[in-house]
Amino acid sequence: MAPAPAFSTVLLVRTVVAWIVTLLLFFPLGWLVLTAFKTELQAISVPPLLFFTPTLDNFVEVQQRSDYLLYAKNSLITSVVSTLLGLAIAAPAAYSMAFFRSKWTRDVLMWMLSTKMMPAVGALVPIYVLAQTTGLLDTRLVLIVVFTLSNLPIMVWMLYSSFREIPHEILEAARMDGATVWQEFRRVLLPLGMGGLFSTGLLCLVLAWNEAFWSLNLSAAKAGTLAALIASYSSPEGLFWAKLSCASFMAIAPIVVFGWFCQRQLVQGLTFGAVK
Amino acid sequence: MTRFLPRALLAPSVITLFLWMIVPLLMTIYFSLIRYNLMQPGEHGFIGLANYQYFITDSSFGPAIINTLLLLGSVIVITVVVGVSLALLIDDPFPGRGLVRVLLISPFFVMPTVNALLWKHMMMNPIYGVFAQVWIFCGMQPVDWMTDWPLFSVILMVAWQWLPFATLIFVTALQSMNREQLEAARMDGARYLQQLRYLYVPHLGRSIAVVIMIEMIFLMSVFAEIYTTTGGGPGDASTNVAFLIFKQALLNFDAGVASAGALFAVVLANIVAIFLIRLIGKNLD
Repeated sequence: MAPAPAFSTVLLVRTVVAWIVTLLLFFPLGWLVLTAFKTELQAISVPPLLFFTPTLDNFVEVQQRSDYLLYAKNSLITSVVSTLLGLAIAAPAAYSMAFFRSKWTRDVLMWMLSTKMMPAVGALVPIYVLAQTTGLLDTRLVLIVVFTLSNLPIMVWMLYSSFREIPHEILEAARMDGATVWQEFRRVLLPLGMGGLFSTGLLCLVLAWNEAFWSLNLSAAKAGTLAALIASYSSPEGLFWAKLSCASFMAIAPIVVFGWFCQRQLVQGLTFGAVK
Repeated sequence: MTRFLPRALLAPSVITLFLWMIVPLLMTIYFSLIRYNLMQPGEHGFIGLANYQYFITDSSFGPAIINTLLLLGSVIVITVVVGVSLALLIDDPFPGRGLVRVLLISPFFVMPTVNALLWKHMMMNPIYGVFAQVWIFCGMQPVDWMTDWPLFSVILMVAWQWLPFATLIFVTALQSMNREQLEAARMDGARYLQQLRYLYVPHLGRSIAVVIMIEMIFLMSVFAEIYTTTGGGPGDASTNVAFLIFKQALLNFDAGVASAGALFAVVLANIVAIFLIRLIGKNLD
């Protein structure tokens, strides 16, 4: 066993190294936030400014220029509705596979995951044509349907692995006591599976909020989400760093803060029960 | 009833996913066999395999495949290696560990388009970017990242986004390690490298498999980062398969060729999936 002083040196080194690495990795984000409060001139100043008088002008201008609130509303509606819809479809399936296993269960799960491995571009042309012919192009409905379907395999997997951890005996005991399927679901499964439902919902919310491929290709001015709005700032003309940073800051702040609060549940859910 | 109910519960997921898979697939196969340009409606003649031939012989095809695999491979290697090191670094308690965790995970929640623009403009801009300033400060010539190192730049930003995810999974896994075994190994005088080789890395096997699996699924079709930064260029230097198909479909308006390309993407995804299933099969059973 090493003597006590050596230990505190190790701790000191560990602390310093961990903080340096963390601040370096967080730096780009921190820089984005700082730039959001600069004037355009300060934003491109050489050398970069670390200290300056913050301004809120960018926030006003971003909203005026592109109706940020409309895009935020689209993002919120599409991600929340697609998550709830996904949970409603995936939870019964996961329940069925976790508690009524058949020889097909494994294959069904693998097949579901394989639909997620098909790159989204593979489906782009057909989905685009379908949306165009049905007049759903640039509507929130088409985004909701697509987000739900593309997250569904992940949702079934996460819920399946979390439901698997609920002991069978509890459900059997409830059944012995004469609980109906509905009661069994309401009183036993739902409370015990809440953690899994919660973390699955969280992850899909994050994925849907950040989804860029489908939003960029299926939506425009009416149903565009924040991810699409930000991409429109990439054009070389009208490129203003402070405004870009500000719009970006407003697009990611809700989901990043949300993620901070939920990180533990999220990590547990993400590992598909394979890591404890 | 006990036989009917499970199937009824499973049905909505299976049916919707089946439609989600089969309808686009059949349409894609059909489109790939006809002349189909979005700009010339009505000219839908059957042209056999010409679209395929056109897609494969396109000079962008080879680079796109190589770029896709390079991107996938390098991001996985970077996130796993750096992720494991970071996880080991923050596994034991130290002052501010809670805050470090929160800051470290943040990039995972940043949407790809923001991630891309942040790196392109604020970090990697050759004149005003932070990197350029650091380079000048160190007395070096600033690098024009998007022009000189396009694929590497994309790899860098994607890896930055996925590193937190890997790190957090590894940290979670480390917390379930058998502490007594570790203590015993230390008592017996096992060096840190030996502990790493025989205790930490084997313990992390499963979570490494999980990270590789999830990253493969999401990184096969990286799109937004390329779309918002390099636009696949210069030339084909940062075009991956996903972006190439997009270019054919919505920039060249050639849905026929894009569909042929999409079927290639499906084949490519399946080849990767076979590796994947072997990998999970070994590690998740």
